[in-house]
Amino acid sequence: MLLGFLNNLINGISLGSIYAIIALGYTMVYGIAKMLNFAHGDVIMVGAYVCFFATGSFGLPPVVGVLLAMVVCTVLGVVIERLAYKPLRQAPSLAVLITAIGVSYFLQNMALQLWGSDPKSFRSVVPTGSVSLLGGQISVSYVTLVTVLACVIIMIALTAFTGNTKLGKAMRACSEDKGAAQLMGIDVNFTISMTFAIGSALAAIAGVLLCSTYPTLMPTTGSMPGIKAFTAAVFGGIGSIPGALLGGILLGVIEIFGKAYISTQLSDAVVFAVLIVVLLVKPTGLLGKKISEKV
Amino acid sequence: MSRLEKRQVTKMVPVPSHSIVPERDVDKAPILECSHLGIDFGGLTAVNDFNLTVGRTEIAGLIGPNGAGKTTVFNLLTKVYQPTRGTILIDGKDTHGMNTVQVNRAGIARTFQNIRLFDKLSVEDNVKIGLHNQIRYPMWSGVFRMPGYWKKEKLAHESAMELLHLFDMEGLANHQAGSLPYGAQRRLEIVRALATNPSLLLLDEPAAGMNPSETADLMENILKIRDTFQIAIMLIEHDMNLVMGICEGICVLNFGQVIAKGTPEEIQNNPRVIEAYLGSQKKEG
Amino acid sequence: MKQLSGRKNKRLLDNLITYGIVVIAFLVVQFIQAGGGLSSSLKGQLVPICCYVVMAVSLNLVVGVSGELSLGHAGFMSVGAFSGVVASVALQDLIPLGPARLFVCMLIGAVFAGIAGIIVGVPVLRLRGDYLAIVTLAFGEIIKNIINCLYIGVDGNGLHFSVTSEMALNLAEGGTAVIKGPMGATGYAKLATFTAGFLLVIVSLVVVLNLIHSRAGRAIMALRDNRIAAESVGIGATKYKLMAFVTSAVLAGAAGALYAMNYGSIAAKKFDFNTSILVLVFVVLGGMGNIRGSIIAAAVLTVLPEMLRAVGEYRMLIYAVVLILVMIATNNATIRQFFAEKLHGAQEDGKMSRKGAAK
Repeated sequence: MLLGFLNNLINGISLGSIYAIIALGYTMVYGIAKMLNFAHGDVIMVGAYVCFFATGSFGLPPVVGVLLAMVVCTVLGVVIERLAYKPLRQAPSLAVLITAIGVSYFLQNMALQLWGSDPKSFRSVVPTGSVSLLGGQISVSYVTLVTVLACVIIMIALTAFTGNTKLGKAMRACSEDKGAAQLMGIDVNFTISMTFAIGSALAAIAGVLLCSTYPTLMPTTGSMPGIKAFTAAVFGGIGSIPGALLGGILLGVIEIFGKAYISTQLSDAVVFAVLIVVLLVKPTGLLGKKISEKV
Repeated sequence: MSRLEKRQVTKMVPVPSHSIVPERDVDKAPILECSHLGIDFGGLTAVNDFNLTVGRTEIAGLIGPNGAGKTTVFNLLTKVYQPTRGTILIDGKDTHGMNTVQVNRAGIARTFQNIRLFDKLSVEDNVKIGLHNQIRYPMWSGVFRMPGYWKKEKLAHESAMELLHLFDMEGLANHQAGSLPYGAQRRLEIVRALATNPSLLLLDEPAAGMNPSETADLMENILKIRDTFQIAIMLIEHDMNLVMGICEGICVLNFGQVIAKGTPEEIQNNPRVIEAYLGSQKKEG
Repeated sequence: MKQLSGRKNKRLLDNLITYGIVVIAFLVVQFIQAGGGLSSSLKGQLVPICCYVVMAVSLNLVVGVSGELSLGHAGFMSVGAFSGVVASVALQDLIPLGPARLFVCMLIGAVFAGIAGIIVGVPVLRLRGDYLAIVTLAFGEIIKNIINCLYIGVDGNGLHFSVTSEMALNLAEGGTAVIKGPMGATGYAKLATFTAGFLLVIVSLVVVLNLIHSRAGRAIMALRDNRIAAESVGIGATKYKLMAFVTSAVLAGAAGALYAMNYGSIAAKKFDFNTSILVLVFVVLGGMGNIRGSIIAAAVLTVLPEMLRAVGEYRMLIYAVVLILVMIATNNATIRQFFAEKLHGAQEDGKMSRKGAAK
């Protein structure tokens, strides 16, 4: 009973770490561009496909595959931002939302044309095997370890980055007030591009880790994790980096526990129900800032 | 201008406690009584121990340097913020626990420092929205176009046009509110507030951004509102000509505290006020 | 006074054009159909077009008129569809006449969707902006999930419910399982007709247009344009936001029931996030708060993918590109200014309504 609980907890944290990495991308883009980038989930899918072909068809080592996926996704993210979102900087937020959905459709259908609709079996980039704990009663696979580790490293790196570097400070300035940031000599367009670049690179990592744990790869692979990660970002307070981590992990744990203890089919319903309850109690998420309108 | 010159400022009754009420209103119950009103934001006290009584048909002024807490007082009166301390009585009724909507129904209407019109709707619709609680019919009556709808809509149209006519705006009835010139937007906000049939009208910097001739028209209009509707008006304003010209009682705020209350003459000669507020202005002028 | 009656007439004319387009489109389609000039794939699209038009018009009431972003509109369609289907099977003997039963089922679908609208709306409408959007999204997913593991059967004793399996329904002899978990609903009569769809479109137009041009509609729009100002003139936010939300849910429920009756079977995954987004696209492309635009966008964009079958597998790709280009073209400041200068004046009114509610 307790062992089962621990096992589920570990699986939950692992899944949650993936959600957290995706949610970080969501939350950074939201913080700076104030837009819900629904295409983010599909960037994950692209990253996974790139890694799949790099390691599978071309026989490259996994590390190169991951790096390649990150490079491709970074370029993809920046290109999407330049072509689709930048012309809409002044447009109502709903127009940008619909455009993001258009980009999402585009990526999915492009993948469908290029790579077909049949599910690919993704070969994990992490060697199979596991670490035994408690005298072999619990085993933690290497994938899980790598996933959680990656999430922790990314979190620390991002916090240090936004807190200490010049670009990181520019990002925070832009998310507070773009006009004022511009007057202080910050290149807003460049900063936004960089945010998309970082978010997309994270999406590539998340895609590879996601498919290493759940090895079915299809053009629609990214959409549900995308929505879940978006939920996680809102859950933790959208725009907040620690919030994305907290939201992601909690969401993963709730989902796995829901599957284990309530119902496999209803686990998503449980996740979303918890989200609704949290938002009703804390309308801006767990770590979100309270917004009040000045009169 | 003639009416302004003819008008004599009513003599203030001697201040017994914390009230300044024009002579003609003394025997009537006051429309607004605030006592010990205060609000804290986090650790910061924005307004403290605010006491004020406004008479039935008084024109009262609330002045003070920038950041003194004037708009916060309006926000407290209209319950945009819930006060931390103190009581507000409207027409003798305690407003404790009421929200903005209920306070409006109890008789307070206001305008905003940064104009808040329903920009995408027509001028007439803006006024009709002000009439929301005055001319009522149920939702389904509107959806199914019952006889009540036609009757009440006709009434709403006539009332709106009548109010607009009072401010020479009936010609603008079909314009989009957001496209009106600045002065007309300010006037429309006042008309909309009046449409809710208030007994106390709060004007937040009604003359901001106006030139002297527009300000003179505004003063004329404020007097007209008081005389026509027989209601009390309280206004926040930085234009001292306007404040000293039409206000019967003036309350001066500084750092969230009332530093003086009295008639325009008293305020003009109050050393604390001169020090906090008028003094610097006199030096500049 | 002249200008005034002019304005009133203009609004009347505007509404008449909207109704006129729908009536003429209906008559033209009937005419072509009688002449046998309608391809079978298009014929199959007639009822869905009507349903999507109603969905778009009703969602516009929430997104365009009330100014709240909802990403779970398909959830209400789903509630309407499945309650309608269950009602249709349950009332089979009681109301043998098809059209009458269809009407009752749509009514039941509308009522249940309305109840769902109240359940969701009361707590949720306190949230603002993107937070409201995510909660409506979550609600849509929850509905989908719940129906996915719901089993409902009908027999002589009435309705039977279960959340585990068809067996657990314990149906008596001659009973039928209507909703079978992930399989969805099957085994009910296809009652939907194009005429019913047309009538539903007209009814929703009457409801939405009349609501907008009434006291309640003005209150809803006032809250959209400036919530604080609206409250300061005595308009309670919750009541009117909820009114728009529930009215919209009711219409979506009726559309859902009709939609389900057009097919022999229906599954919950038909009404997922993508369907909600599809309807939102209709609303945004048609123009926020612009009801006529919603109708046209919904009809054209439902038919368009069918028409694009000629280009085969690339049609969704083209659809995506067109969507992005249209959004950029209609919202980019430079492009807009260019068109505004070209079509000065004539365009002004259209711009006004397009701008409406775009927060």
